[in-house]
Amino acid sequence: MNQAVNKLFGGVSGLVGFLLLAGLILIVLPGVLDSFRLNLVGKYLTYAFVAVSLVLCWGYGGILSLGQGIFFGLGGYCMAMFLKLEASSPANTAIQTTPGIPDFMDWNQLTALPWFWKPFYSLPLTLIAIVALPTLLAWLISFALFKRRVGGVYFSIITQAIASILTILIIGQQGYTGGINGITDLRTLLGWDIRTDEAKWVLYFVTCALLLGIIVLSRLILTSKLGLLLVALRDQEDRVRFSGYDVANIKIFIFCVAAAISAIGGAMFTLQVGFMSPSFVGVVPSIEMVIFAAVGGRYSLIGAVYGALLVNAAKTMFSESFPELWLYLMGGLFIAAVLLFPRGLAGLVERYGPPLMSALGKRLSVPALRRGALAAVRSAK
Amino acid sequence: MAGYTWSEIGSIFAMQGFSGLSLFCVFLLMALGLAIIFGQMGVINMAHGEFLTIGAYTTYLLSRWAELHAPALLDYMFFVAVIVGFLLAFAVGYLVEMGLIRHLYKRPLDTLLATWGLSLIMQQTFRSAFGAREVSPTLPGWLLGSLSLTDSIEIPINGLVVMGLTFVTTAAVFLFMFRSRWGLRVRATVQNRVMSGCVGIDTTRVDRMTFAIGCGTAGIAGAAFTTIASTGPTSGSLYIVDTFLVVVFGGAASLLGTIASAFTIAQAQSILEFFSSGSMAKVMTLLAVVIILMLRPQGLFNLRIRR
Amino acid sequence: MTTTPNTASNTDFLLAIEDLTVSFDGFKAVNELNLYVDREEIRVIIGPNGAGKTTVLDLICGKTRATSGSIRFQNRELTRLAEHEIVRAGVGRKFQNPAIYENLTVAENLLVSYPKGRSVFGSLGFRRDAAVQTRVEEIAVAVFLQDRLDEMAGILSHGQKQWLEIGMLLIQDPELIMLDEPVAGMSVRERQQTGELLARICQGRSMLIIEHDMDFVRSIAHKVTVMHQGKILVEGSMDKVHDDPRVKEVYLGH
Repeated sequence: MNQAVNKLFGGVSGLVGFLLLAGLILIVLPGVLDSFRLNLVGKYLTYAFVAVSLVLCWGYGGILSLGQGIFFGLGGYCMAMFLKLEASSPANTAIQTTPGIPDFMDWNQLTALPWFWKPFYSLPLTLIAIVALPTLLAWLISFALFKRRVGGVYFSIITQAIASILTILIIGQQGYTGGINGITDLRTLLGWDIRTDEAKWVLYFVTCALLLGIIVLSRLILTSKLGLLLVALRDQEDRVRFSGYDVANIKIFIFCVAAAISAIGGAMFTLQVGFMSPSFVGVVPSIEMVIFAAVGGRYSLIGAVYGALLVNAAKTMFSESFPELWLYLMGGLFIAAVLLFPRGLAGLVERYGPPLMSALGKRLSVPALRRGALAAVRSAK
Repeated sequence: MAGYTWSEIGSIFAMQGFSGLSLFCVFLLMALGLAIIFGQMGVINMAHGEFLTIGAYTTYLLSRWAELHAPALLDYMFFVAVIVGFLLAFAVGYLVEMGLIRHLYKRPLDTLLATWGLSLIMQQTFRSAFGAREVSPTLPGWLLGSLSLTDSIEIPINGLVVMGLTFVTTAAVFLFMFRSRWGLRVRATVQNRVMSGCVGIDTTRVDRMTFAIGCGTAGIAGAAFTTIASTGPTSGSLYIVDTFLVVVFGGAASLLGTIASAFTIAQAQSILEFFSSGSMAKVMTLLAVVIILMLRPQGLFNLRIRR
Repeated sequence: MTTTPNTASNTDFLLAIEDLTVSFDGFKAVNELNLYVDREEIRVIIGPNGAGKTTVLDLICGKTRATSGSIRFQNRELTRLAEHEIVRAGVGRKFQNPAIYENLTVAENLLVSYPKGRSVFGSLGFRRDAAVQTRVEEIAVAVFLQDRLDEMAGILSHGQKQWLEIGMLLIQDPELIMLDEPVAGMSVRERQQTGELLARICQGRSMLIIEHDMDFVRSIAHKVTVMHQGKILVEGSMDKVHDDPRVKEVYLGH
């Protein structure tokens, strides 16, 4: 039993953290928030997918991807294409010059559906594409670079360039992709209207379930020998190579896993928010997603979720009241996260949590708190 | 390519080539600064584009001041702006190194993130100070207009001036890095920091000056930039991805490589722009660069060093 | 003068290096080197700085690519293999500065070096069963670290880090262990312990060691090779090499 807890959650403190998070997103927030705000939280949770993926590839693997938006966007676009085709049935688009194709294609004088849209009539194919296409792209990129020992900063710059390329391509080819506005006006998923409050409620819980499941899966990876290898190669790549491992394969694997996770987040985003646009694909959103992981804690899967929630909540709050202040704040967050708290909020909790708990236990004469704090210190690294 | 005679194609190449040259100049000036900072020091400055913006806004401000208070000086204002732009960007870079960069030398990925944060702050500062709309300085009269080389080839004068400026700056950087005592100290510090400290080189000051000079060069790029486009708070970020690619493509450590790389990329984009849309030209150029980098990660120039 | 083998093939030797050359922009760090190591032999390489000693180890383990020549290990040509393939073939390398994983515990350091589960999916499914646990403890005892298994490797002393790295090599069970200055920075007592350790572990495998400490070399070497300017100057027993006038001139002093 203990072994299973260790493997799935990373020890007792990990289990507690996981349960707290699950409780928060499954019980507390749905109970307290109205459906509009809950939908917002659902949106933030899809960003959390990317933050979690960055914990895997950046925190543990040392691979700073500045292009996770690529995969988030690809997953989102795949889902959007399916939903758009469903919404563009000949009945719905009767007034178009060419009925049966999405509206933006009609506006751009296209007369037939492009070939690469056709597979997205089928939901199973779409679901496969959501995971497979971004993973394939991630494999291509990482294979070409890691096999040639390109890493570190060079890799980051290239991921940035690819994010840039993809954004320009999507915006430029508006007949095929919806251009800068993206793919909008999505209505139903296999007949089920995704725009109703009820639907958003359901989608929220689906997102939560997927996120929690992915956290457990990631934990399984990190507690395996592969997880140790990731930490090892982050610090001493040569040593790992000279211990008989093909380091490139390990890096390729974790980068592809991170891509797949981000893609699923993107698909859930499209479902919950009802559109997908290139403003989630490029350089700026990609690096913003990094800050979620940095603030929450790049070595902590659960911390990353909190980071995504907090930073986005702050962004919404500030953008409403003090839009000018927000950019200063975010810039400051980047700098602070790097200089002051490199292990993020999770790191602060790790460092100050147990002593605080211990002191609190003494003050309130609750020995259990004190013992719990000591146990937490021992089981955490 | 159908529908054009050979001489017309030649003229197209010449004219696109020339507009490509203006782009090349901006790329090169930006890349020079970045090559010094990244190639020599290993520091990633994601705020490098914002130093370009400093230079551009300086040019704008000086030209407005001249317009209002000393119209007679307007003709010379551009050169004054280049110098002041350099100095201002230099000063800001100096402070940035002191406050931020020097804590992060062993952590390149963290430097990347921290300087990105800095760029956000700088962009917002520009926005608060100058507004979100784009502005343009009033360029002196002699800078406008063009020279006619032949019947079908016209060369804009501001392009020539920018080229001259780039040439002078590149030569200055080269002389500084490879022919001066200070440049020697910089290269020594980069190659062996501990030993340099032991022989009496003040490595902290060297780092600071080097970073500041790299930023100053971006300031000059900003002044040059005002002759080809208008300036807004996010003008710098337009070029940052390209500039990093230019530096990496050219082999980071090699000055010649940087020049060759800036030229190739700028020309490729410019020429392609004529035959397809602006965005596709950019996509094809960037894609080609990325693919070449995937096949040859060391860039165009490769030195086999015994480490 | 190099010793030339009078056997027709290389099969008798565990490691056979022939005409090995590596050139950096014209500078030949290793120049047509011929070196043969037997099974269960402890060979120590000595020589002045810049002689090419570390470069030879780099070439064997694949860290540096040779310009020309051949390295045959158990009759397999190593110059064509990738670093991790060379390790899997049975060659272990310890670096001059201890290259251990500071952010993992001693036990985890050894676990990562365990020679099973070396592919991506193999490492995902790798199970820390009793056999693995026993082996980790065995090795920890051998390198004097049995009481430090759960400590972070980063807080070990310099000498203990060297031992840990040796342990990480041992657990792979290589047929050839290459050590680059294993006792550098160690106290006298630690050198003694290391000497005992190396003598113990050479059962069933060969060792190629670079060292400068002559007393240490004398205590463990079967045979000594002196390198100078990328070539072998003298080879033989410690006494033979010690008394050779060329070695005295180039390295040992009078």
